Parts: sequence; C-alpha cells; structure tokens
Amino acid sequence: MNLSELFITFPEMSKESLRIFKKSIDGAYRNFSREYGDAIEAVFDPVLYFLVWFEKLLQNSPWPLVILVILILVYLGSRSIYLTIGSLFALLLIGYFGMWEDTMSTVSIIGVCTFMSIGLGIPIGIAMSNSDRARAAITPILDVMQTMPSFVYLIPVVMLLGIGKIPGLLAVIIYAIPPIIRLTDLGIREVDKEVLEAADAFGANKRQKLFRVQLPLALPTIFAGINQTIMMALAMVVIASMIGVKGLGQPVLKAITNQYFTMGLLNGLAIVALAIIFDRVSQSFGKRLQQHRSGSRE
Amino acid sequence: MNKTKIKISNLYKIFGNNSKKYIPKVSNGMSKDELLTKYNHVLGLDDINLNVAEQSIQVVMGLSGSGKSTLIRHINRLIEPTEGSVLIDEQDITKLNNSELLEFRRNRTGMVFQRFALFPHQNIIDNVKFGLSIKNIEKAESNHKAKFWIDKVGLNGFEYKFPNQLSGGMQQRVGLARALATDPDILLMDEAFSALDPLIRTDMQDQLLELQKNLKKTIMFITHDLDEALKLGDRISILNGGKLVQDGTAEEILMSPADEYVKNFVKDVNRAKVLKIKSIMNFSGVQNNSDAFVKLDDNIESCLPKILESEHELNVFDDKNKFVGLISRNNVADILKN
Repeated sequence: MNLSELFITFPEMSKESLRIFKKSIDGAYRNFSREYGDAIEAVFDPVLYFLVWFEKLLQNSPWPLVILVILILVYLGSRSIYLTIGSLFALLLIGYFGMWEDTMSTVSIIGVCTFMSIGLGIPIGIAMSNSDRARAAITPILDVMQTMPSFVYLIPVVMLLGIGKIPGLLAVIIYAIPPIIRLTDLGIREVDKEVLEAADAFGANKRQKLFRVQLPLALPTIFAGINQTIMMALAMVVIASMIGVKGLGQPVLKAITNQYFTMGLLNGLAIVALAIIFDRVSQSFGKRLQQHRSGSRE
Repeated sequence: MNKTKIKISNLYKIFGNNSKKYIPKVSNGMSKDELLTKYNHVLGLDDINLNVAEQSIQVVMGLSGSGKSTLIRHINRLIEPTEGSVLIDEQDITKLNNSELLEFRRNRTGMVFQRFALFPHQNIIDNVKFGLSIKNIEKAESNHKAKFWIDKVGLNGFEYKFPNQLSGGMQQRVGLARALATDPDILLMDEAFSALDPLIRTDMQDQLLELQKNLKKTIMFITHDLDEALKLGDRISILNGGKLVQDGTAEEILMSPADEYVKNFVKDVNRAKVLKIKSIMNFSGVQNNSDAFVKLDDNIESCLPKILESEHELNVFDDKNKFVGLISRNNVADILKN
C-alpha cells in the first residue's frame, strides 16, 4: 500500500472486528432484555392500566357526552366561542367519517404522554435551571433525543418491552419531552435578576423563591413548552403506530402500504384537526397567563 | 448622637475568582485600575470603615462604579464581603449561617430598589404582603398590616391593581410599603428615587422625611444626586473608586471637602440653601440694639433678605433667644463666592 492510497481510502477497522463489535453489543443487550425485560415491563404496568382505562373511558362513554366535555375544556382554555364551534364541527366530521374510535385512542395516548412529559419535564427543567453543571449534562442528551431518528431508539425499546402501548408511549415521550424541559429551564433563567434579588432581600428561601417568584414568572414560557410538547407528541402518532399503538396512525400506515389515498388523507386531516384544537387552546391559555404583563387585567 | 446601629469595619470586596489573595496587595495601596489590568480582579470596596447612628439617615454618595450599591448590599449580605465585618447591634452579620441570615433578612432589614423590583405577577397588596408571607404570618394579620402601609403611602384603592398599571412614583411607593410592612429596624434604599422624575422625586423625599419622623428607622440611602443627599442625610459618606473619601454632615462636606473629588462634587451646590447661619457667622462681637435678628439654625437662604437689607451686622440668637454673635453681608458673600 503506497502513501497516496492511504489518503484516498479511509483506514477503517476490519470487517471482522466491526462484526464482532456489533454482535457483542447486540448480544449483551439481548441478554439484558431477556433477563430484566419482564421486570422493567412490570414497572410500567400502572401506566399501562391507566392508559387502557382512559382509552376505554373515552371510547365507551356516549359520544355526545365526550364531545360536550371536550368543548367545555376548549372553552375554558381558550375563552373563544369561535374555536369552540370550530371544534364541534371538526369532532362531528371526524365521527361522521368513521374515525371516532381511532381519534379517541389518539387523544388518550396524547393526553397521557403530555401529562407524563409535564410531570417529568418540569422537575428536570427546574434542576437544570438550578445548576449549570446539570444543564451541561442534560443539554446534549436532549439534543440526541430530538435529532436521533426515532426508528433507531424504537429498536432497543421494542427489544426490551416488545410491541404495544408502553413502547409507543416511551417513544412518544422521548421525542416530545425535550421542549418542556428546555423551556422550563429557559423560563426560570429568564426571570428578572432584580426581582430575584428583592425576594432574597426579604429572606425568601430557595423553595419560596421557586414557588412564589420563579415558577409563576416562568409560567408563560413553560406553557409554550407544553404546547410544543403536545404538537410533537401528535407528530409521533404515525411512527408510534408502527410498534402497535392504536389510533389515527394505524390507518395512515395502512393507507401508505396499500396506496389508499383517501383513507390516508382523512386520517391525516383528523390528526391536523386535533393538532389545531390542542394548539389554539393551549396557546390562548398560555397567553391569558401573562396578561398581567400587558396590564389589561382588572 | 445616638448609639451606633451599624458598624462597618475594614470591609473589603474584591470581585473575581481569587479575591482573598489580593487583599494584602490592595491594603498596601494597589489601585483599582492596577488590580484590574494586572490581575483581572475588580476592586469593589477598599477598606471601608463607617458607623451609622441609630434612627439616623445615612446617605452614601458616589458616581456609578464607586461601590455604593456594593456597600449597601453588604448590610443584608446580598453580597458576601471578601474581608471585614459588619456589626449590627454588636452582632457580626458576616458570621451568620444560612438560616440565621434568612431570619435576619426577614425581621431586621427592608430594602427598596432603584428599579422598584416589584413582583409583576402579584397585585399591589400581595406585593406589600410578600415579606410577611415569607415569614408565614397568618392571612388576616398580614392583610391588615399591608392595608395599613398601603394607606400610609397614599395608595388607597389600588390594592388589587398590578404593578404595571401604576406610574413609576406609585410603584416606588409600593416598594416602600413592601419594605416597611415587616417593620424592620433598618431600611436600605438603593437609589430608591433616582428613576423618578424630579417633581415626584421631591415629593417622595418629603414623604420619606415625614414618615421617618414617626418611624425612626435607621436608614441607609444610596444616591448619586447631591441635592438629594443634602436634603435627606443626617450624615453623608462619599465613595470614590471603592474608597470612603469623606464622611460627615452636610455642612462639613460643603465647608471642608476632603479632596478634589469631593470639591468637584459640591461645586455647583446652592450653599445658601443648605448651610445654616451658625456655620458662617462670627461667634463674637457685641449685640447691637436693632430689632432684627436671625436664629442659629435658620438656613441662610431664608435669611438672605434680612441680612442684605440690614445696614449693619445682624444679631444672631440661639433657640433660647440668647445673643450668640453677629452675621454680616460679607459672611454671606464669602460663602456664595466659591
């Protein structure tokens, strides 16, 4: 081998060692999942029960009642009569085109994912805002979670937990949780230093500062994060359906493999309708939270 | 003079990662500029010694960067000193542990900030109640106290407004009420009136003096405005580059400025307005038989017509109407000249 050749072909490791390298990691992970898969699955059982219960509740309750509850929530969140009427029509159309059950499945998994993301994400965000070291450690993890193609982390999740709701849930949360963590951190760090100094001057301890000053002032930013999280969870619905999550994603998947254009379009539009409702409601709710800044509140 | 409330001794503050190391260099006379250019550390306070009398208003003055805001933050330890001690009622607050420090801040000090630093998400009454709620005082009592102070600063009827619905002057009244609501014995005011426009500023100064008549707090007041300092301060300290260059009454500072820096500072002041008869009169001479007289503690400006109209020297009486000396036009001319 002469010198010029060395610069043209990359000096890669031998095929054999690469094969051994991959095989041993895969093997180790397979052993790990055989050993602990059931135990880890058991940890998620309560979440699974809740998810199934919530899905059944939405599907088995009389549809007018479900629509009514959704509309009430929409109105309370947005205080907009137009959005409420628009939501009513969207839901009626979804039902009329035979997508009610799938839609309810999707709403239930999005709901659970959002609550879990909020429950996990806000404390992580607070921890990040508290220490630069935590921030330096967590930020690259979030970057990986957001940029790694979701199919890649679906492989180990499926190897560990099999196909079903829980792996889907995990995949959605991994994809959707970064914004709420980042924006909680950002919101708390953005709180005016002088206001914090005032809280210090009055002898507030860390907890009092967090709950009375930092979190309330960061709330609008945190809400932007919740909004992002919901949107990203909805975007994951189709991918999650590949590992057995029921809902609007499955017919889309079926439409792709069988070239059923109309079926794909209808289900796709149902996802869009849900996204618009969630987005508008959470945005206008977030805006109302910061009304004290514009001074229009009585 | 009342007993000493706050005693600051040999206080140094150097900002930087290795601040302790440079204390000897600074105390041996290294300048602020040299420390910054050679060692990349910022000298905040350089060997401050200052006693503040109980129930007095101590004004700390200086241009921006002189260390006055740094100094006031050492009183409630929002900034940790590099070296030195701050005694309050003979207790060294630089030695308090974390929970003692919180207790100290909750009960002993109140602070008013230049840019108000109100809590934008809370209405006025909740803002005023903040210090009380931190102390977990029950709701009825804290409501009562907050209302009392809102009333005292003249903001009745604004309890449920939000800070950004109020003008600057009103916001700073909220700041003052918030600082007073916990009934601290020390009030720290960091350029409290500097962000207000002149008329409102005068108004607030009058209100503070009026309140102080009854409250009798020990007040440390930071300002860069000499007129404000002369109006409010029982004593005035002047900082330059982290050093305390002079500490004295308004008269001492005007009559005998310690150095060029102070001289420049006081150059444009209307002396006749600040100084009293006793600082320029002659404590000698014989009482003349004219009816006109002025008092020792009158300020010169208010006596100007009398002094200038009079043909001869004027009698000066003390507050028991006893003759103490004479004052002439020349005395006044001297002081107005420079």
